[in-house]
Amino acid sequence: MAETPSDSLSPTVSREAFVAELRRLLPEDALIHDEAELRAYECDGLSAFRELPWAVALPRSEEEVVALLQTCHRLRVPVVPRGAGTGLSGGALPHPQGLVLSLARLNRILALDPFARTATVQPGVRNLAISEAAAPYGLYYAPDPSSQIACTLGGNVAENSGGVHCLKYGLTVHNVLRVRGYTAAGEPVVFGSLAPDAPGYDLLALAIGSEGMLAVVTEITVKLLPRPQTARCILAAFDSVRAAGEAVAAIIAEGIIPAGLEMMDQGATIAAEDFVHAGYPLQAAAVLLCESDGTPEEVEEEIARMGAVLERCGATEWRVSRDEEERLRFWAGRKAAFPAAGRVSPDYYCMDGTIPRKALGEMLEAIAEMEREYGLRCLNVFHAGDGNLHPLILFDANQPGEWERAEAFGADILELSVRLGGTVTGEHGVGMEKINQMCVQFSPVELEAFFQVKAAFDPAGILNPGKAIPTLHRCAEYGRMRVSRGKLPFAELPRF
Amino acid sequence: MNAIVDRLREQVLEACGRRRLEIRGGGSKSWYGASDPEAEPLEVGMLSGIIRYEPSELVLTAYGGTPLAEVEALLAQHRQWLPFSPPHFADSATIGGAVASGLSGPTRWGHGALRDYVLGVRVLDGQGRVLRFGGEVMKNVAGYDVSRLFAGSLGTLGVILEVSLKVLPLPPATRTLRFACSQDEAIERFNRLAGQPLPLSAGVWWQGEMTLGLAGARAAVEAAATRLGGEVLPEEAARVFWEDVREQRLPAWKLQEGEVLWRLALPPTTPAWADAEDALVEWGGGLRWLRRPAADDSWFERARAVGGHAMRWRGARTGGRVFAPRGAAERAIEARLKAAFDPDGVFARRLPLE
Repeated sequence: MAETPSDSLSPTVSREAFVAELRRLLPEDALIHDEAELRAYECDGLSAFRELPWAVALPRSEEEVVALLQTCHRLRVPVVPRGAGTGLSGGALPHPQGLVLSLARLNRILALDPFARTATVQPGVRNLAISEAAAPYGLYYAPDPSSQIACTLGGNVAENSGGVHCLKYGLTVHNVLRVRGYTAAGEPVVFGSLAPDAPGYDLLALAIGSEGMLAVVTEITVKLLPRPQTARCILAAFDSVRAAGEAVAAIIAEGIIPAGLEMMDQGATIAAEDFVHAGYPLQAAAVLLCESDGTPEEVEEEIARMGAVLERCGATEWRVSRDEEERLRFWAGRKAAFPAAGRVSPDYYCMDGTIPRKALGEMLEAIAEMEREYGLRCLNVFHAGDGNLHPLILFDANQPGEWERAEAFGADILELSVRLGGTVTGEHGVGMEKINQMCVQFSPVELEAFFQVKAAFDPAGILNPGKAIPTLHRCAEYGRMRVSRGKLPFAELPRF
Repeated sequence: MNAIVDRLREQVLEACGRRRLEIRGGGSKSWYGASDPEAEPLEVGMLSGIIRYEPSELVLTAYGGTPLAEVEALLAQHRQWLPFSPPHFADSATIGGAVASGLSGPTRWGHGALRDYVLGVRVLDGQGRVLRFGGEVMKNVAGYDVSRLFAGSLGTLGVILEVSLKVLPLPPATRTLRFACSQDEAIERFNRLAGQPLPLSAGVWWQGEMTLGLAGARAAVEAAATRLGGEVLPEEAARVFWEDVREQRLPAWKLQEGEVLWRLALPPTTPAWADAEDALVEWGGGLRWLRRPAADDSWFERARAVGGHAMRWRGARTGGRVFAPRGAAERAIEARLKAAFDPDGVFARRLPLE
């Protein structure tokens, strides 16, 4: 097997010499190298993983980005691109001998063309800022990750971010037309096109969701969609999680693609209700939120059809939002599920597996079993329409051993997702967090192919090394550890 | 099926370094892309059959050689469809060929392209490796999105053994409206309409007639049809028209001796060229078809100048360029990707890397 790029990467300079180089490229206020200030960049939204980089650069122009890349490439210094740092998988975790390349100051909306329904933005523009800028034209940018107030488009491209409306409107990969940026060596590249397609291989598809490992994006052109005239939401209660899961399948079998279809279990419902007072039924074992959008006639028709399905599937109660204020209140609880978990527990650990919808009941029963096994509680919120689960494992990092138990609990959930025919990450990315579980989802030759894709874009291996794709050595180590717990042998792997 | 895959692997490995292989499903699109006359066919049509399909999961997984017609018929039984309306070009068309060619039909305007619906593939590459990328779930960001890389790769990276596609419920209602207008008026109108919340599915202009396909909830289609006006095409006539567009059966696509059919993918707002009034416009302005004498190769540059790209789709090519050129850095990346999956260059040169 070929040696992986990240195994062999080491800078050819000392930290001091590297910082001196950076000072020649950037003004002092665009550089951070003081240890106390570097602390602000030691982790992203997954604070369990921390590392101090050599330096952080905050360029204001593409020219500065190119100069930084060329310098790092020449000196073999790892580069970790970073947006708002809201990622949940440690994708922006610094490299201990590397540069964090913050794109937060490249934050201008460069063009908004209502006739062509496109917006061209720099990577540091916040997700929600695009929809705000497009609102006067009746347009919006569809992907809406929960962190959309803060997260940046560059980060969304790196993670292929989703949101609560992606069953109907797609992920980032369905809503980005073109990106412009630079390879690790600082050469300019354009992936995609303002035309409906581009010649050659679909490099845009590879770049989106590549976790900052293939190229650094400095300009993104997105599709804008006409804002639906109206939206209404059904809040439905079920006395078992399984019945709620069956209702989800029944809605889709009815030929309906709801604008949003979300599920919360009782623990998540109670925590959210306590936090935002959305009016959720606290007795319910599971709550479904089913949203319809479109013309008023269309929404009325779809709401009636969904209501009939929910009734048939045994909803103990269901009500339709009467006005926009109530609709937003229904959503407020769901969107606040993560902070709500933070209120009931000192720490929580968010998972992101996706499974076929039909396996939902089995997964939930297994999670209940794991709660007993690990002695930790878990709140469950799901993008039920597309089978994407966000179990929130509650723990207290100050209690010895609790984080380790939470991590093992999470690993069990992800590995079960794979066994049920799903994936270890639906929208948060692999980053540093799920790198071991990649060994479960992919075979050694598939991992080798991923390294070859990485090398096709970044032969020197300086962009975000060590993330997303595990080395075979790592998998062998992980396999040995898991085998000792009586699970998931890696018989086919060579042992190093 | 394992025995068939084993045999294909042997054939690929045996050919490595000796000759090139052109992956052939049903042969319906063997004319598409660059030609590689020296390559010998690698028949994969026997890799046929639907592996998994549960309508409520909105996913269908089939072997690459499964006839496209079989896939579509099964979906129709469950009132579902492939919303990108892949062209067949012959009854023998396969699902693997549809993915490898990456082509979408008229409904691509309203519902997205083939690549938007690819969830996963299992492939046999030029090193004889059997690799699985993506999967059967809607949201999946584990590893690079290699399954979409195979969409439109024209068999240059490997054999598509299996493919999983997202499928959707058939729209409950459809309507086709026709308006008389100029090409420029049509392009203006397509773009204005696309900025409004309307159930637009397909938009074609040809010879002074703009044809709009609506698809969606009954109430939304009714309301839009009332608002837009125009002549309503009877259901059967509409079905035939859209199928003729998908299969390129209209006279706009019929070539005379010595002509080339140009496919121009353009930013949809690009105004009509004064010397291209004879174009057929698809995808609400984003795709334009032109027949021109073989000697006229100005279209690569003209499409590039407006931010699009041209392709010599069909007809006399006289050995010239087929696809628009890419930038130097992109070409280098493409060449390294090709080398990763097919280091010996065993697969036919249908998508040249120059």
